[in-house]
Amino acid sequence: METTMTESREVSAAGIKMDETQGLTFPRIDCKNIDVFYGDKQAIFDISLPVPDRSVTALIGPSGCGKSTFLRCLNRMNDTIESCKVTGEIIMDGENINDPDIDPVLLRSRVGMVFQKPNPFPKSIYDNIAYGPRIHGLAASREDLDAIVEKSLRRAGLWDEVKDRLTSPGNSLSGGQQQRLCIARAIAVRPEVILMDEPCSALDPVATARIEELIDELRKRYCIVIVTHSMQQAARVSQRTAFFHLGELVEMGETDQIFTNPRERRTEDYITGRFG
Amino acid sequence: MTDIAPPPFRNEKALRRLKKRRAADARFRLYGLSAIAFALLALSTLVASIGLQAISAATYHKVEFDVVLDPAVIAPKGKDTPADISRNVDGFYALIRSNLQATFPDAAQDRLTTRQLGDLVTRLAVLPTAKWVSENPTQIGQTATIKVPLSDDLDLYLKGAVSKEFRLRLGDISAVTETAPQQLQLTGAGAFKALESLVDVQRQEVGDAVDARSILISAGATTGRVTRMDEDQAEVTLLTGSASDFSSVRPTARMIALPEPERNVSDLQIAWTLALKEKGRISRVPHTSLLTHTDSTYPELAGALAAIVGSLLTMMVTAFIAIPIGIFASVYLEEFAPRNRLTEIIEVNINNLAAVPSIVFGLLGAAVFLGFFGLPRSAPLVGGLVLALLTLPTIIIASRAALKSVPPSIRAAALGVGASKMQSVFHHVLPVAGPGIFTGAILGMARALGETAPLLLIGMVAFVADVPTGPTDESTALPVLVYSWSTNAERAWEPMTAAVIVILLMFLVTMNGIVVLLRRRFERRW
Repeated sequence: METTMTESREVSAAGIKMDETQGLTFPRIDCKNIDVFYGDKQAIFDISLPVPDRSVTALIGPSGCGKSTFLRCLNRMNDTIESCKVTGEIIMDGENINDPDIDPVLLRSRVGMVFQKPNPFPKSIYDNIAYGPRIHGLAASREDLDAIVEKSLRRAGLWDEVKDRLTSPGNSLSGGQQQRLCIARAIAVRPEVILMDEPCSALDPVATARIEELIDELRKRYCIVIVTHSMQQAARVSQRTAFFHLGELVEMGETDQIFTNPRERRTEDYITGRFG
Repeated sequence: MTDIAPPPFRNEKALRRLKKRRAADARFRLYGLSAIAFALLALSTLVASIGLQAISAATYHKVEFDVVLDPAVIAPKGKDTPADISRNVDGFYALIRSNLQATFPDAAQDRLTTRQLGDLVTRLAVLPTAKWVSENPTQIGQTATIKVPLSDDLDLYLKGAVSKEFRLRLGDISAVTETAPQQLQLTGAGAFKALESLVDVQRQEVGDAVDARSILISAGATTGRVTRMDEDQAEVTLLTGSASDFSSVRPTARMIALPEPERNVSDLQIAWTLALKEKGRISRVPHTSLLTHTDSTYPELAGALAAIVGSLLTMMVTAFIAIPIGIFASVYLEEFAPRNRLTEIIEVNINNLAAVPSIVFGLLGAAVFLGFFGLPRSAPLVGGLVLALLTLPTIIIASRAALKSVPPSIRAAALGVGASKMQSVFHHVLPVAGPGIFTGAILGMARALGETAPLLLIGMVAFVADVPTGPTDESTALPVLVYSWSTNAERAWEPMTAAVIVILLMFLVTMNGIVVLLRRRFERRW
């Protein structure tokens, strides 16, 4: 089990190395000219944003600026909203995942998601983690499944807290634990990308700190895109930051550069608290 | 702008305003409480009135007969098959009648009296005995003790439901003289004083109408009717028994408020019944025939078994059709259907359908299922189909409400780990919505169980003497039985109808109990 998982990671790691030798910054996901419409209303205007692998990209901006909508384009969660229409190209592994030919179910098994409010299934802790691997047929046997559950919980830093009560319901955990359970659930299906939609907004500072540590840890293995309202959080956890405003991408770059030396006036106003 | 001072704790104005708000609170609580009290009162009145009526139908009076199962009477052909024996109602009834005539030899004087004696037991009441003997042929020729139900009017009399009756002990009788055949003069110093004063008190209440009332005097198994009396003497017509009993046993007097011509039981029949009771041959037993017999024109023989089975079969058909269709329709509408004009129209129509009077569904059933498809009349299959149509909107609406109440975050979570739409619905949404859906389904079924009108129109009101064995057999249903029994004239049907209502209510309470249990067991919180 362990070996297959590391193997698959090594393959993609090799892919990146190859690109690095050619001197290119290899984007894990490359978004080109994304427009999103809710009915007649356009929510996102022509956004192009490369997302690098093995790092955290933070999307910041005031409420209603389209950062969550953009995030949801990356695993096509917007498909579930009937009136929503997405145009443009989102390239992942050389394929446009926005192509109708691409099955969103397959896409979502590779691009996991963690939501704003912890939303464990009303099932046991074990079943919460095991559900994804089960439906994707990732475990050949009960032992495999146990191994996946344990590894996912360990990676989410929750194993020591719940190992003795895997059968108790997922909702019985505290808010911060629930959110880590959701992260473990997302990890369990072996995604390459993890999307996080304000994962700490419902948590207290202590739980937030734990999640942030976890994100920093996960960065070594996954490509992470996080939407956050907290600029401090973006500064703490991300390597790259993109600032959205009114559905447009105002500025993106290295997090240090955005927070210390923004190029755009609007970015500076926002991060210095003059609006938003 | 004026300065608004922070409200101090003892500000006069603020306190007045606060008082008003408190009063509004208290008023609202009062409205709520009185509404609940009213509802509880109505419910308890309903249950109590039905329960009190039904309780008298919980037991029944049966008469015991020691009869010789004479082959010459019950199997006259000599080579009767069991079927012949089980159908030989006349033969078995003859055994009963001759036993009665032997018990009361004085009744043989004329045809009318003999007929009255025979009416103590309904002819068809021997059917179970006949069936028992046909199944146990070795009993033929043996002496058997059989118990048959007393005629319904006499049963009611013994339960005190026929007429108001005043009963009192008389003084000792010192002399009994026979003045003419069956005419006795009873003498005892002050023996009838209490009876006299009862008559006087009653005369003040009802006037001369008191003279039309029967006064019966019984001693042991002997009963006579008073024709004239004063404090120390009474002239009595002997109805049954022997004159000597009056001097040996202290007698009891009964004044029956309803005059003889106005009731279905004669003084003579009452006298015989009292005698049988005195001899210990009448016993009050649980009225099991109510659950084990099918319908009959005689209340003492009638039971609700056919209707219970009919209702169960109907409910099975309804459940098999309405629940799956209802659940799938609501899951599709709620989870999969696109939101557009068409689904909106469907939604409005489903809501309208829930408000259509049930009798209209009956008309539809009669026209479509009976007329067009030619399905059998009076069958649980058709009843179930009609009730399924009736409950479908209820189930769909309840199920949709249950599905709507599932938090969308669960769907998002399932889709987020790569579940398909179908998997997210069946693995996560349905289990959470399950208790709500089943609550709706069972409540819909409970409503269907109580429906009468549509079943009347498809002919399930028929008199059904056989227990239906399948969904295409002729059948009736519990609420229809309530309806048809309540239209019967005889008094005895009244408590029986109440008893069937109680059976129906018990079904409903059971179903609602299942709902509560399901909720407790499976409701998930998040």
